[in-house]
Amino acid sequence: MTERNVTIKNRAGIHARPAALIVQTSSKFASRIWLEKGEDKINAKSIMGIITLGASFGTPIRILAEGADEEEAAAAIERLFESRFEEE
Amino acid sequence: MEEQRFTVLDLLDLDLKEQNALGLRCIGGRKGLPREITVPDLNRPGLALSGFFESFAWQRIQIFGRGENAFIKKLEDENRIDSFEKLFSYPIPACIFTHNLAPGRNFFRLAEAADCPILQTDLSSSEFTSRVLRVLADIFAPKASLHGVLVEVYGIGILLVGDSGVGKSETALELIERGHRLVADDVVDIRCVNGSILMGQGANKVIGHHMEIRGLGIINVTHLFGVGAIRDKKQIQLVCTLEEWDPDKVYDRIGTEERTTEILGVRIPELVIPVKPGRNIPIIVETAAMNERLKKMGYHSAKEFNQNILRWLESENARAAYFNRDEYL
Repeated sequence: MTERNVTIKNRAGIHARPAALIVQTSSKFASRIWLEKGEDKINAKSIMGIITLGASFGTPIRILAEGADEEEAAAAIERLFESRFEEE
Repeated sequence: MEEQRFTVLDLLDLDLKEQNALGLRCIGGRKGLPREITVPDLNRPGLALSGFFESFAWQRIQIFGRGENAFIKKLEDENRIDSFEKLFSYPIPACIFTHNLAPGRNFFRLAEAADCPILQTDLSSSEFTSRVLRVLADIFAPKASLHGVLVEVYGIGILLVGDSGVGKSETALELIERGHRLVADDVVDIRCVNGSILMGQGANKVIGHHMEIRGLGIINVTHLFGVGAIRDKKQIQLVCTLEEWDPDKVYDRIGTEERTTEILGVRIPELVIPVKPGRNIPIIVETAAMNERLKKMGYHSAKEFNQNILRWLESENARAAYFNRDEYL
């Protein structure tokens, strides 16, 4: 199990477009990937799940990955958060 | 597609119904009936009759109304027919007289000599003009032929395209079974009307409304499902491209970005639908049709949804900012 901690850096938060980006990226990996916000834990391959998380600007998110390529998967998702989902 | 010559005879032979009928008959110059009509436009030859031939649009069909006919009568009475001679020195496609009018003897004689067909209609000039322009616009409209199936789903004309064997006909069959209509299978003839509307119809009336289903062979949709299941022509409002599911390809998951495709210079919304065992394509196409209708009514599901999310996230931002300040206070 690989864990990464990130915060949301784009002003708009995770709306539909960033959610789709996360799903596209995580779908490339065989590992099971989750996003955690406080008590809530959702599958990072489910678009509606990610949106329902309601992750706004400044929210801390924990990325969890488990599987053969968990390192790469977690790193790729982390990069998305760091690049502000190519927004702004 | 090969260009077909459209002659005056073809214009006479057109099978048009009631409010489109041209009411034409030939009253002279029969030998000229194979003359080709090359321009989808008309001309009122008033100036030409008075002897002014600069910029004379001789390529067009000439329309003679009450005014022109009265002028012809006057010229005939005064024996000033040189403008007629000049008129028929041009290869005019046809002269059409409205209000059931007929020209004088000299005009007839010169038209016969020049093999220029003279047609007559019972309609008024304005009514005939609007009808014939509509007909000509239709005939001269840009055309294309596409491989696909055209169906009408909830009133939306949907063109299903994709490689052969991907299941276009099977999808259409299921849609017909669910009460929607088949317009054309396999080859769809498309005409661009008014520069912005794409009309699709079957390539051939004889082949029309038959389908080839693998394992069944040719079926007659009209006989099997009734006349309610077919339609002669329909505007194409949405293109659904069916393709084999490619695991490496990114498919639209949200639908806020609108893809379009171009047919005859007209942009039409396009959906790419990946096909995979277990995916019920007809239901997806049906839902796409309803979603398209919603969009036309001004409600865009995906955009509206995203706006709600953004508003919600913003209120969360505001709340967070407020609570944070509270903590500091």
